[in-house]
Amino acid sequence: MYRIRFHGRGGQGMKTASRILGSAFFLEGFEVQDAPRYGAERRGAPIFAYVRAARAAINERGIISRPDLVVVADDTLVPVPASGVLSGIGARTVLLINTTQNTSAWQQRLNISGPVITLPASAEVEDRADLPYIGATCAGAAARLVGVIARDTLAGAIRTELSALGAGVIDRNLENALQAYDIMQAHSGLVREGSMTSAIKYAHPDWADLPFDTARISAPTVFATANSVEVRTGLWRTLRPVVDYSRCNHCWWVCSTFCPDGAIAVDTDGKPVIDYDHCKGCMICVAQCPPHAIEAVSEEQAQRDTTTGETP
Amino acid sequence: MSRTLLTGNVSAAWGARLAGVDYVPAFPITPQTEIIETLAGWIDSGEMAGRLVTLESEHSMITAAGGAATTGVRVFSATSSQGLLYAMEMLYTVAGWRTPFVLVNVSRGLSAPITLESDHNDIMAARDCGFLQIHCASCQEVLDSTLLAYRLAEDTRVRLPVIVNLDGFYLSFTREPVEIPAADAAAGFVGDFDPQNARFRASTPESQAVAVLGGSPYSYFRYETHLASLNGLSVYDEISAEFSATFGRNHPAVEAYRTGDADYLFVMLGSFATKAREAVDRLRDAGWSIGLLRPRLLRPFPEESLRRLLAGRRGVAVIDQNLSMGKGGVLHGELLGALYGHPQAPPVVASFIGGLGGRDISAEEFYEMAQTLRQAADTGRTPPPRLLYTRDELREIRKLQAVAHQEREELHR
Repeated sequence: MYRIRFHGRGGQGMKTASRILGSAFFLEGFEVQDAPRYGAERRGAPIFAYVRAARAAINERGIISRPDLVVVADDTLVPVPASGVLSGIGARTVLLINTTQNTSAWQQRLNISGPVITLPASAEVEDRADLPYIGATCAGAAARLVGVIARDTLAGAIRTELSALGAGVIDRNLENALQAYDIMQAHSGLVREGSMTSAIKYAHPDWADLPFDTARISAPTVFATANSVEVRTGLWRTLRPVVDYSRCNHCWWVCSTFCPDGAIAVDTDGKPVIDYDHCKGCMICVAQCPPHAIEAVSEEQAQRDTTTGETP
Repeated sequence: MSRTLLTGNVSAAWGARLAGVDYVPAFPITPQTEIIETLAGWIDSGEMAGRLVTLESEHSMITAAGGAATTGVRVFSATSSQGLLYAMEMLYTVAGWRTPFVLVNVSRGLSAPITLESDHNDIMAARDCGFLQIHCASCQEVLDSTLLAYRLAEDTRVRLPVIVNLDGFYLSFTREPVEIPAADAAAGFVGDFDPQNARFRASTPESQAVAVLGGSPYSYFRYETHLASLNGLSVYDEISAEFSATFGRNHPAVEAYRTGDADYLFVMLGSFATKAREAVDRLRDAGWSIGLLRPRLLRPFPEESLRRLLAGRRGVAVIDQNLSMGKGGVLHGELLGALYGHPQAPPVVASFIGGLGGRDISAEEFYEMAQTLRQAADTGRTPPPRLLYTRDELREIRKLQAVAHQEREELHR
C-alpha cells in the first residue's frame, strides 16, 4: 500500500492535491482513500491531507503514522511542531519539499537519512496562502515519484477534480502539474509501497491505567483572568498591516474601532499602534483606513526584514 | 457498473437523492454540513426535485421532519453531535408519532471538552428514543444504508424513523470508491411511500393531535413502538436480501468477518471496525484463529444473530467507541445482556474503550487486545475494562497540566 501525506497551509490546495493524486491512482486501477484533516478551519493554518492506494481493498483508516512519501508545499511549516510534518518519518520515507534550499541543507537541518527531494520553490508571492497552483504542482510531482501513474492519467485526474473551475484554471494547473511531473523524471518510482504492520513481531503498546485525579485537576476548565493575551494569535497571520505614519491623519477611532480583535491601541499622541502579537491579519484596517495609510505586506517578507534589521 | 470517489457525506446525499426525497429540513453542523450543501446544490441546479428549508435549530428541524412525514411526503435530514442532542426532545416525540423518515447522523464526540472528531456517544444518547439505527463502516454502506433505511422506516410492520450513522472525518470527509446505483433501479427498490391514513391534501385540512394519557394506555402505545422496532429485525433481513439480489452488495444486520472457525472475536461498531478487519487479517497471518463481528443494526438489537455468532467462542473483545459515565462501554453491556444464561455463551467477554474523540486505535493495540483475550481465556479470568491509552499520552497530559499549574501560580502571585 502507498501511504502519502501532503502538508500545507489552508488555502494552498492540499485537499485538492490529495484528490488529484487519489483520482490518478483510482484511474490507474488502484483502490483509494483520500481525506483532508483540518485543525483550525482557517486560511493560513497548517492542514494536511492524505492518500492511501493499494491493489486490494483498503481497511486502514485515519491519519497515516508511517508515510512512504511526505509532501511539504510550504517549507515554513517544517519547524512548526503542531503541523506534524516530520511525524513518523523513517529511513525509507521520501520527503518532497517546495523550497529554495537544497537537499543536503534539509538533510542536515532535519538530521534525517532518508531521501529528500526538492521542488524548485515557486515564485515569491505576497500571501503564502496564495502560492499559485502549488496543490497541482505537488500532486504532479508525487504522481511521478510513485512511478505507477502515467502522464495522461495525471492530466485526466486534474481535469476531473477541477472540472468546476473552467478551462483557463484547468490549463494553468495542468501546465504546472505536468511540469513538476517531468522534473521528477529521474526519481520516478523512488517511493515504494510500505508493508502492513506485522502481528508476529510488533512494539507492544505501553498502556497506562488512568489514576483518579480530583476535579480541581481533571476538569477541562480554565479559571484565570485576562489570559487570552497569552494566545499569540499573531502567529496565524499571512499578511501584516503596516501603518505609514507619514500619511496617517490620526483619525485613530476608525482603525482601532474596526479592528475586530482590539489589536490596535492608541498612544497619547493619538497615534494608532498595531499589536502584532495578536493581530490575525484580517486586513479590515487596511480596507477602512480613510487616507489609505495602512498597507498589507507579506508576513514572511516582513519577518525576514525584521531579522535583517530592515523595517518593512 | 462504474465506481466513483465520494466522501461519506456526499454518499449520504446520493442516498437521499436516489430515494427521491421530497423535503429536507436542514441545519448546519460540522462535520455534517457537506451533506446539506450537496443537496442544496442539486436542488438549486434542478438536478434533484424537492424542497430544502433551513430551520433555526435542530429541535425545529426534527419537528419539521416529523410534521412533514405525517403529511405523507418522503423526508430526509442530517445532523451531528450537539445538534442531535439539541433535537433529543423531538427525537422521542416524532418516533412516538410513528412517522417514517431518515435522519443521517455524522458521529462526533460530545462536549465538554469540545471536539470535532468522531466517537459514538452522540448516537448512543439516541439509543432509546424509538429511531432504528444503522451503523456504517464505509462510504458505500452510507449510500446503500440510506436506501435500505427508507424501506425499513416506511414498512407497515415498522413505521418508525431511522438513523443512518457514519463517523465524522473517518467517513464524512474521506473519499472512497463508491458505486452509485442507477436512478431507476434505486427508485424501483425504494418504491413509493404509501402513508396510508397519514396524509394532508389541499382543501381538506386536518390536524394531528396526540393525547395526554395515563399509565395504562401510555404503556400500550410505548410497548407498541417497542414491538414495531423489534419487527425491524426480520423486515431488515428481508429487504437487505432483496437489496443484495438487486445490487449485488450484501449488508447483513451483523457483519461476520472470518468468524467461521474463530476462537476469538473482536466486536465493534462503525468505521473503526475496518481497522479490526485489517488486524484480523494480520493476526491470521500470524497463526491466530480470530475474527470480527460488526453489528450494523444497533436498534433493534440483533440479539439472536449475535448469540448464534458468539456461541462457543473462547473469548470476545468488545471495543466501545463510547463511554457511559459510571458504567462503561454501552455495547459491552448490551452484549452481556444478550448472552447471559445461554449455555454456549463465551466464558470471557472483555471490555475495551477506545477511539474517544477520534483517538486512533493502532494495529498494535488490536494485536495486544488479542493477546489479552487469549491470556484471559487460558486463565479463565476476565480482565477489568481497559481504556486504550498509553503512558506517552498520559505523560503529555501531565506536561500540559504542569504548564497550566505554573501559569496559575504566576497569575495568583
